[in-house]
Amino acid sequence: MSKEQILSSDGIPLEQSLKKAERKNKLKAVLLVAPLFLFILIIYVFPIGDMLFRSVDDRMITKMLPKTFKAMESWDGQDLPDEPVYKAIYEDLKYLKENKTYGKIIARLNYEKSGFSSLIKKTVRKLKKIEEGNYKEQFIKIHKRWGQPEYLVALRNAAPNWSYAKYLKGVDMRFDQNKNIVQVEEDRRIYKILWMRTINVAFWVTLFCFVLAYPISHLLATLPMKYSNLLMICVLLPFWTSLLVRTSSWMVLLQQQGPINDLIVWLGLAADDNRPELMYNVIGTFVAMTQILLPFMVLPLYSVMKTISPSLMRAGKSLGGTPLVSFVKIYFPLTIPGIGAGCLLVFILAIGYYITPALVGGASGSLISNTIAYHMKSSLDWAFASALGTMLLVGVLAIYWVYNKLVGIDNIKLG
Amino acid sequence: MGNDHFVRFENVDKSYDGKQLVVKGLNLDIEEGEFVTMLGPSGSGKTTCLMMLAGFETPTNGQIYLDNKVISDIPPHKRGIGMVFQNYALFPHMTVYENLAFPLRVRKIPKDEADKKVDKALSMVSLQGFEARMPMQLSGGQQQRVAVARSLVFDPKLVLMDEPLGALDKNLRESMQYEIKHIHESIGVTVVYVTHDQTEALTMSNRIAVFNDGKVQQLSSPDELYERPVNSFVAEFIGENNTFAGEVSDVEGDKCKIKLNSGIEILANPIVAKSKGEKTTVSLRPERALIDPESEMDNNHKGKIEEVIYHGDHTRLRVDLLGNKEFILKVPNSSSRMDIKEGKEINIGWNSVDCRALDPK
Repeated sequence: MSKEQILSSDGIPLEQSLKKAERKNKLKAVLLVAPLFLFILIIYVFPIGDMLFRSVDDRMITKMLPKTFKAMESWDGQDLPDEPVYKAIYEDLKYLKENKTYGKIIARLNYEKSGFSSLIKKTVRKLKKIEEGNYKEQFIKIHKRWGQPEYLVALRNAAPNWSYAKYLKGVDMRFDQNKNIVQVEEDRRIYKILWMRTINVAFWVTLFCFVLAYPISHLLATLPMKYSNLLMICVLLPFWTSLLVRTSSWMVLLQQQGPINDLIVWLGLAADDNRPELMYNVIGTFVAMTQILLPFMVLPLYSVMKTISPSLMRAGKSLGGTPLVSFVKIYFPLTIPGIGAGCLLVFILAIGYYITPALVGGASGSLISNTIAYHMKSSLDWAFASALGTMLLVGVLAIYWVYNKLVGIDNIKLG
Repeated sequence: MGNDHFVRFENVDKSYDGKQLVVKGLNLDIEEGEFVTMLGPSGSGKTTCLMMLAGFETPTNGQIYLDNKVISDIPPHKRGIGMVFQNYALFPHMTVYENLAFPLRVRKIPKDEADKKVDKALSMVSLQGFEARMPMQLSGGQQQRVAVARSLVFDPKLVLMDEPLGALDKNLRESMQYEIKHIHESIGVTVVYVTHDQTEALTMSNRIAVFNDGKVQQLSSPDELYERPVNSFVAEFIGENNTFAGEVSDVEGDKCKIKLNSGIEILANPIVAKSKGEKTTVSLRPERALIDPESEMDNNHKGKIEEVIYHGDHTRLRVDLLGNKEFILKVPNSSSRMDIKEGKEINIGWNSVDCRALDPK
């Protein structure tokens, strides 16, 4: 079925003249959007892309030992390799020694198999004694581990350019020699605990925020303007204060000689010489994070509750529902979009929270974000930090997805 | 009709801030099965009265009785009063069926019986087949009908309506007025209706309570209210009204002479102002004054037409009469009255019975 083309009065097809008329507006819209778009692209999309890339990028060893891996291509991995492999190792190590860059590969190889550290260091130290020819024999003479196939297999395993080993490390797993995924030794499993703690803290902080914010938001939405404005300022004032200031105020309040402990002692709940530790543990993280994230729960709840007409509750009561029934059947279901938005917001913010747990959390209250920071700043294992960051990001997206499935994202209301 | 004072307000005062009385010493009796409208300007206390009856506000003083029982201590959900709210207050997350079933479910009425009641209530407002719709999918008029059906579905003896037609357009409002009136007539429920629209009140009610300043100014049937207002406020508030300010100069039986501020005397009906020397405002309905009356009338005066406003079925004249430049006359449109022009002098006559000497403004 062909549609007849509609022409505008000057004979040009209507569609075309409409496009022409709209072109200027479209151009204007594009120009208005462009600065933010570029900003997001440069500041946000590229770094995240780079992070994702770094977390799986494992080319460092391949680049530093190019000849070795080329020579290993023909090796079956069963018995000790032949002479050319040892020759390639010698040449690569010699080059690295001359450039003084061999330190980098030690950590990476040691992660693959412990024992590599001393092996490489000793070999490098004695490199100048090695004479041309019969490298294999000379290597085994320097360190007997060169004669054990598992070390050479481990070396080969470090070869691929791309690896998700960092992700495995993030959940306390690793590859064994035969490329099977196994759990790390029990005393080295730290990340699972950290993840569980992070999720646990985020969950409870969200719950506390919800329990505290619901009545406040209701009050805010129903009080007369002059009181609700004052209350709103009380809620927002901390929001406008620097995060660092608020966290440090909590440090002042929660410390062992601080006012809250003084109060506990004064009330006789604890002895003076046995003051409870409220800071540098999970309690401090809970208290400070709940207070700091509270506005993120109050605002969406408030904005939803504000739209609920008070006559709905009245209608419920006049129709015979007790106040409780009217609340459960009428008011509460109508606030679900706000609850969803608030909980999602607080949970996502809490799961990646950094400064507060870093300052008041101590060792038992530190979260995954603190570990990411540690690997960024101290251990300089950027790839691992990137992997943890990516896992966090994927986790947040997963929560978002689940929420969308359960409640529907268009049900969300942020204000 | 049964109980003479099914609903009774006894000396009810209400104050929100402790400084001002919103309702002052209200006394009001409502018969069972009656349709009573509380009519008044905004802020006159009519909605407050309704809210006290529903239980959402407590009287500061005085008692309210429902079926001879004091209801001040009964919470709203136990009063069993149906209510239609200004903005309908339909539960937006429930279907029409769930909205109507809500009062039945909280009363633990078995499902099959509840279904019957819902069906009956929906047929009353001709909305069968809309059970599964959400309130947002309905038009304003349909939402309004659902709200009415919901207030009736649990067979309450008393239904309160708080300006239920305020949000509808004119035509729909008129047809809903008749619909509510017919529902009231067919099921005989007592209705207390609040509105600020006098046409609505006149159309629907058995009796109207005109509220102003926290008090009932007059409680009577619509025709009584229009024809025989007891004070200036009611005369002014209901329908159109021409006024003259003056002073009683003589009283003779059921007539009195009023000396207007312009010095001319007219004959009037002494309603409030009954003794010589009293200040008064005289009220006269526009349709009670005639141009060039054929029969003899108590008052005959000349006036000058200031403005002619065409209204289709009738023409309104603004006339300068006895010093009142805002005197309104209504002339039915007929071929005999084609000589009406601005600036023309005309004879205007009216009877003293229709010209009521009320309290001064």
